[in-house]
Amino acid sequence: MQVFKGVSLASGETTDITLEGANVTKVGKTTESGLDCSGLMALPGFVDLHTHLRQPGYEASETVLSGSRSGAAGGYTALFAMANSDPVADTASVVEQVMKLGEEAGLLEVRPIGAVTKGLAGTELSALGLMANSKAKVKVFSDDGHCVHDPLVMQRALTYVKGLGAVIAQHAQEPRLTEGSQMNSGELSTELGLKGWPSVAEESIIARDALLAEQVGARLHICHLTTAGAVDVVRWAKARGIQITAEVTPHHLMLTEELVRSYDPVYKVNPPLRRMEDTLALREALIDGTIDIIGTDHAPHSSEKKDCEWEQAAFGMVGLEHAASVAQEVLIEPGASDWRRFSEVMSSKPAEIGSLEGHGTIAEGQPANLVLIDPAGSRTADAVTHSLSSNNPFAGMELKGRVVHTIFRGKFSLRDGKVKNA
Amino acid sequence: MKHLTSIRELDTGSAIAILDNADELGAVNSREVKKLPALRGKTVVNLFYENSTRTRISFEIAAKRLSADVINFAAATSSVSKGESLKDTAQTLEALGADATVIRHPMSGAAQTLATKGWISGSVVNAGDGSHEHPTQALLDALTIRQIKKSGNDLAGIKVLIVGDIQHSRVARSNVLLLSLLGAEVTLAGPETLLPKTFAAMGCKISHSFEEALAEKPDVVMMLRVQRERMQGTFFPSEREYAAKWSLSGERFKMLGKDTTILHPGPMNRGFEISNEAADDPRSAVLTQVRNGLSVRMAVLYKLMAGEG
Repeated sequence: MQVFKGVSLASGETTDITLEGANVTKVGKTTESGLDCSGLMALPGFVDLHTHLRQPGYEASETVLSGSRSGAAGGYTALFAMANSDPVADTASVVEQVMKLGEEAGLLEVRPIGAVTKGLAGTELSALGLMANSKAKVKVFSDDGHCVHDPLVMQRALTYVKGLGAVIAQHAQEPRLTEGSQMNSGELSTELGLKGWPSVAEESIIARDALLAEQVGARLHICHLTTAGAVDVVRWAKARGIQITAEVTPHHLMLTEELVRSYDPVYKVNPPLRRMEDTLALREALIDGTIDIIGTDHAPHSSEKKDCEWEQAAFGMVGLEHAASVAQEVLIEPGASDWRRFSEVMSSKPAEIGSLEGHGTIAEGQPANLVLIDPAGSRTADAVTHSLSSNNPFAGMELKGRVVHTIFRGKFSLRDGKVKNA
Repeated sequence: MKHLTSIRELDTGSAIAILDNADELGAVNSREVKKLPALRGKTVVNLFYENSTRTRISFEIAAKRLSADVINFAAATSSVSKGESLKDTAQTLEALGADATVIRHPMSGAAQTLATKGWISGSVVNAGDGSHEHPTQALLDALTIRQIKKSGNDLAGIKVLIVGDIQHSRVARSNVLLLSLLGAEVTLAGPETLLPKTFAAMGCKISHSFEEALAEKPDVVMMLRVQRERMQGTFFPSEREYAAKWSLSGERFKMLGKDTTILHPGPMNRGFEISNEAADDPRSAVLTQVRNGLSVRMAVLYKLMAGEG
């Protein structure tokens, strides 16, 4: 038996949480002694619907184990692993392998995402049903990194995946409008001479797919919204009753295109960092519920892929160990929202979108997947995290809050800020 | 000042100082013995990832007139084609004794990256990076205008019209920044697809009609080349249509004032963006630009390398 004494819940209540084995057995005051947690918030363990674990294929950048360690350090108890590995996760054997690697690491639940199309090529459907029926029980499909741009392929995929009770997570990027694109399109891209990435390339695909989802009656999830216009389109689609959910990354909530002036590839990401007005619109949408979740798009890259000219560099940045601080900065610090909303966007809603059981709640009889954070703490972010890669745009920034303990299935995966050795 | 990768690194005073210095150093080019000992014992590397014979030769002669040793490294014929990174190439050249690297690169930002990443400790001069900047070209254009217009220290009140493929032009970007820094009024003109309205934020006016822009009586008209090598897809219907609207020829040539100066950074496409009659007119200053290129590059290398900070 393990008791966490004097924790604060998202509701504001101060209480004790008792675990026995892998489950929570009591949420309420108890006379049993335990770990003094006064001043700490106890929240359901975080769930990331958008992580690149890079295994199989890119083990120099990240492995399922190193990504799990980074996740545990960030307060996560479940990660959805994107399909753009090598080989691509477009068959049952690959998704089962990824799931098995996650179980071996044992620090959190690794849920493989299946590719929508074979080899992420956007033309033929991958083994959607076989992946859904495999031991990995895939419930989320995505070609992330690539857009399912062919409208007919997208329509078929939405129809087929609906029958599997799963969801498609779309990387909204019209490919012709973004050929060779390097950064947000606007005054700054003009001055820097870098090919612009127009916001319409994102917004037009979201609008199209919302209408396709409406037509076939399917669920649709939009990865990493980045523009004020995209927020408007999602708001319109929700008002129309379309089953659409939307995600925002920590970096698009905190960082803007001005950073690209340095030509430092650590700020190169797909979709690109946008203008301050976009960032403010994303924050507002996260608060008002237009955007449903924070997904990290944790995209580790080995230093070779970033230690070069901007145009040569890979797209992507890490994020698992900073997301909670960003959520606190956006939702809590300005008094704009509350810890219930924080817990929704970081845990219960991504679990719901991904049809993930046993996460997103702290309740008696449920698996003990929870995180304890010190919201009064702060730290200066280091470039080096538990990830194998250090393409960290938050390096050097003063961040609010600190993840103290992460508990996965009743056991510490992070204790006093230290990741358990697997 | 250690590097020159963007006009953004200059203020009005330092830009004027470079022009003044170029005027002084330029005098040596008309002497019988065209050499100064200023950079004796120093080595300049011309690291060129794009073919550009004229810019490379200009930097080479500029360095030699200051008595520096010069290494020309053309990436196309080197280990770069074997996949060597910019970092390794630059470090190798520095290990061989380079004190300054003059870099021309097809990717925007490459010069700034080389100057700021900590790969090398020497000076970096941007000789053109992608569609971003070409600061020594802007300096030589400013020097040419200042000499011809006898405008004193700066270019206050001088109206400069830059025409053509602005979108892909690093020359246009550096010129907008530098000429406006020196007090000139810059107007950009070109078809909508090659001149997005976002250029206005750099501090210039925008026109989509060559005739209307000429009606404003510019003191200087700078014609730019259409940069096919940087274009992805189609930006205008045909060369014929482009030339019909945007070439300095015929009626438009006749619209120039008697003191209007014609500039072109070269190489010129005669019969396309510029006609023979315009290119060979006494008002054309293209060869003065070439001569001033030498003086400006001497001044820049001297400023960065002679240790006056």
